[in-house]
Amino acid sequence: MLRIDCPCCGVRDHSEFRYGGDATAERPAHDNPDLDAWYHYVYVRANPKGLHREFWQHVLGCRQWLVVERDTVTHSIHSVSFSRRRRA
Amino acid sequence: MSRYSVFSLLRHAATGNRGWQRAWRAASPKASYDVVIIGGGGHGLATAFYLAENHGVRNVAVLEKGYIGGGNVGRNTTVIRSNYLLDGNTQFYEFSMKLWEGMSAALNFNVMFSQRGQLVTAHSADQLDTFTHRANVMRSNGIDAEILDRDSVRKLVPYLDFSDTARFPIHGAIFQGRAGTARHDAVAWGYARAASGHGVDIIEGCEVTDFVRQGDRIVGVETTRGRIGAGRVGLAVAGHTSVLAQKAGLELPIESHLLQAFVTEPVKPLVDHVVAYGADHFYLSQSDKGGLVFGGNLDGYNSYSQRGNTGVLREVCEAAIALMPNISRLRLLRHWGGIMDMTPDASPIISLTPVDGLYLNGGWCYGGFKATPASGWCFAEMLATGETPALVRGYGLGRFRSGHMIDEAGAGPFAWLQ
Repeated sequence: MLRIDCPCCGVRDHSEFRYGGDATAERPAHDNPDLDAWYHYVYVRANPKGLHREFWQHVLGCRQWLVVERDTVTHSIHSVSFSRRRRA
Repeated sequence: MSRYSVFSLLRHAATGNRGWQRAWRAASPKASYDVVIIGGGGHGLATAFYLAENHGVRNVAVLEKGYIGGGNVGRNTTVIRSNYLLDGNTQFYEFSMKLWEGMSAALNFNVMFSQRGQLVTAHSADQLDTFTHRANVMRSNGIDAEILDRDSVRKLVPYLDFSDTARFPIHGAIFQGRAGTARHDAVAWGYARAASGHGVDIIEGCEVTDFVRQGDRIVGVETTRGRIGAGRVGLAVAGHTSVLAQKAGLELPIESHLLQAFVTEPVKPLVDHVVAYGADHFYLSQSDKGGLVFGGNLDGYNSYSQRGNTGVLREVCEAAIALMPNISRLRLLRHWGGIMDMTPDASPIISLTPVDGLYLNGGWCYGGFKATPASGWCFAEMLATGETPALVRGYGLGRFRSGHMIDEAGAGPFAWLQ
């Protein structure tokens, strides 16, 4: 069982969270007509063996979307932060 | 290599069983081969065997970083079936089933293929309708399929929960009588032995660390046992496909996820078939040793660690008891994990690649075991001819770009949902 330190709720079992996939995939602009950019965003993954930035949502807690940096071999978690970006 | 037969058994029995040879040669790497296959699992070994058997290509090496049978070929739940719905899958898995039916004879090795039949329970009238659609598609492709009503299911597998308090009452089932199980280690050993008998070098403890290039073309591999030249390189490693592909400069639509399997303490014969639970992702069968073998969902987040977590353990046991309350007191003996190459549409990739000299066989998600012979057959043809065989035209890398996906699970591009 992974233990994710939610910035709102504290340390919780990962069964309270929903996995949201790779957080490094950059969504192209809405009106971007470049098929290749969309193909990469939707399908292609770096799939690293080691540190991985990924989304988790705390569905049974604060319902915040988080970015978790986790090692895919050891499952040790290096950082947890809110995924929302602060408006300037 | 001497053939196994009832006479060889008697001869060795009479001489104290001291004369048995090892099943395959312990080969050391040569400087170069016509074909180098990375990955000594079921698919890699089957590919090597069919390269020699069907195409006469015998200057072949299979490189395995661990030992034969230590990867996903020894980590699955041994189920074999061809009850697929979508074009491309239907024909491919049925071809695989036909190869399973002749495998023990073809390899001169008893893979203990047992066609005990598989049924998937339906838990609503709508689900039974979709199963009927699937059965019709299967039959129109010449594959055996039956739709059973509740009473027929009860007659066949009376130990499931047919009570009034069942969590999800059983409405019926789809049944494939030719489905079943095989001894997974024997499949690896049988292909290894038969390939070795054809002159293929099977090199264990040999990890590929990089590729050797000449211009844009891949002409060999760097390994922990030195550089090995290759006319063509076939990549057939489960779990680490993207790690190796990245070394070749190839980006893939693959995420690695963990799948666990479970086995209970052995009990007397109880489950005659492979039973899959239509209300959840859960299935079980009974091994020849007596243990009930369970499979369930992925852990569902990227992982290269071959060990699972207890959340899935609990979910799988909940499903097991919802389906079969009478096993609630059985103890689980073991559970283990394997790393799956999950693709966005849950279908495999057998494909030419943009990298010259590199051929790809991967992305088997959690369905690779039943595909072993057909995958090897087609990948061997691809490596021998440099062309895509008709049977795997749907499994090309380009399908994600063109939109021709084979999305059997209907879960879209999110690998962790498959």
